[in-house]
Amino acid sequence: MVEQTAAVAQPVTQLHVSKSRSLDANPWWAQGLIYLILIGAGLITLLPMINVWAISFSEAHEIYKNPMMLWPKSFTLEPYKYIFNTQVLLKAFGITTFVTVVGTFLNLIFTATGAYGLSKTHIPGHRFLLWLVIIPMLFGAGLIPMYILLKNIGLLNSIWVLIIPQLVAPFNLILMRNFFWSIPESLEESAKIDGASDMRVLWSIILPLSKPVIATVGLFYAVGHWNDFFSGLFFISDNSKWPLQMVLRSIIIDFNMLNMGTQNTNTLNDSSHLVVQPENIKAATIIFAIVPILIVYPFLQKYFVKGIMLGSVKG
Amino acid sequence: MSALGTRIWKSRFIYLLILPTIIYFAIFTYAPFYGITIAFKDYKIIAGIMDSPWVGFKHFESMFTSEKFPTLLKNTVIISMYRLFFGFPVPILFALMLNEVRHMLFKRFIQTITYFPHFLSWVVFAGIIYNFIGPSGIINLVLVNLGMDKFNFTTNPDVFRSLIVITAILKDFGWGAIIYLAALAGIDSQLYEAAKIDGAGKMRQIWHITLPGIRPIIALLFCLQLAGILDAGFDQIFMFLNPALYDVGDIIDTYVYRLGILQSQFELSTAVGLFKGVIGMILIITANSIIRRMGEKSLW
Repeated sequence: MVEQTAAVAQPVTQLHVSKSRSLDANPWWAQGLIYLILIGAGLITLLPMINVWAISFSEAHEIYKNPMMLWPKSFTLEPYKYIFNTQVLLKAFGITTFVTVVGTFLNLIFTATGAYGLSKTHIPGHRFLLWLVIIPMLFGAGLIPMYILLKNIGLLNSIWVLIIPQLVAPFNLILMRNFFWSIPESLEESAKIDGASDMRVLWSIILPLSKPVIATVGLFYAVGHWNDFFSGLFFISDNSKWPLQMVLRSIIIDFNMLNMGTQNTNTLNDSSHLVVQPENIKAATIIFAIVPILIVYPFLQKYFVKGIMLGSVKG
Repeated sequence: MSALGTRIWKSRFIYLLILPTIIYFAIFTYAPFYGITIAFKDYKIIAGIMDSPWVGFKHFESMFTSEKFPTLLKNTVIISMYRLFFGFPVPILFALMLNEVRHMLFKRFIQTITYFPHFLSWVVFAGIIYNFIGPSGIINLVLVNLGMDKFNFTTNPDVFRSLIVITAILKDFGWGAIIYLAALAGIDSQLYEAAKIDGAGKMRQIWHITLPGIRPIIALLFCLQLAGILDAGFDQIFMFLNPALYDVGDIIDTYVYRLGILQSQFELSTAVGLFKGVIGMILIITANSIIRRMGEKSLW
């Protein structure tokens, strides 16, 4: 079923500094071309975001003059004042923050306990239980049966519909299970001989050793919750309960002013119309959505790369 | 007490640990399987799934004979195939190029930048793209400043599929390279040394050592992507789709959403979803056995 590999236990942090000295050097023109292409790839990713950032701090009339700006012109904070004045975005931000924190915490509890249990291959019925987790990766009932189930148990339009239906992702469970499995059995056995209970072994031996995999899987879940658009779209029709991504969509994609609260919709019609335009508001909203991800990005990079490695071992 | 009973009793703590997870799967994965029967019934909300009358394959017949179905299937498969054909090689080439870089700082810098868009949701990324191509986006503003006509990207069926494929590549090419970089880092450097002694040039080293070194992972990912051919990427397509583009861009998932959630046609949308699920399952099992036959590591 799932083979065990030593690679799991290897730290993957060296990935960035692995030396490719083994390869011969390229001729100077080839090396130059490679560097150029890579710089191009970096710029194509970076410049559009910098442009959005610049637009979000610029007065509207400047956008038409310098659409390609990479630095704010006629600096203004108006677009941001505007989006913070509309309660809708902040409320959705609050909902999604709650879902991300509480959801990820519950995800980890359910995933870690299941993964630890399934890493014990000696228990009767172990294979059957493992297949119970693997089958959902191969076949799902589909959207509508899920919708009807959630309707019947009264989860539609509640904040918990963003958390409970996705408590355990099979892939993450298998990832964790393989990690637990790679921890030498002898560690547990010696603790048991010293009289430690199962719970004690899990709590003071297994979990401390598993910090990297817990961080990795936790981040997988957290980013999933933060970017979850699907659940909001399908299961929450009441737009006062929308998660962040749904509100972002109505601002960025539809520019649906109807949901933006009434107190400020007249901003677009009075004398400040030159300062704030839909383009500014969209840009400011995009930046508002990017900043939280930027803040956790260093961790994301470190642990996600690790997670990809763990997952590539055997999933 | 039998031996098995003793073993079960001994493992009671482990079972207790697994129990919450199993309960979760029972409710949210296996219970909905019962809802699949809606595809074979005339579903009455008042009566519930259980008491609704059976109608056999009626909904499947109306699905296969509908005008919409061939279009949906075609769009889904074509968009997926484009993704595979144009998108699959990009991270591999990107990884091979990164692998040639000697300046570690430069390499890390490029990696840090190119991984980033992967963590943005499609909503936000589509917003960045719209900032470029929207009716009042950069490209059109530049065109207007040059005294030319605006070009309509957002409702133009001719450019929709290209737009989907290109934006998908832009968002994930850096991220996709990680796994290949890891495989490249794992190639034994002694192989290169030996090849050099045998007089192999740079290209031959790449051909005979580098590529075979990452072949298993390429085969695995290729088969997986092929198995997901009926998933053309709901989140992304939903952001770019509008009624003007249904002929080229409406895929199975977006259709099921409109039909089931917006129009409450549960029976037909369940049938379409079931069709997709069954084909998907057959494909992934086939993919796995192919990988196994090739002698590579299979999924299970």
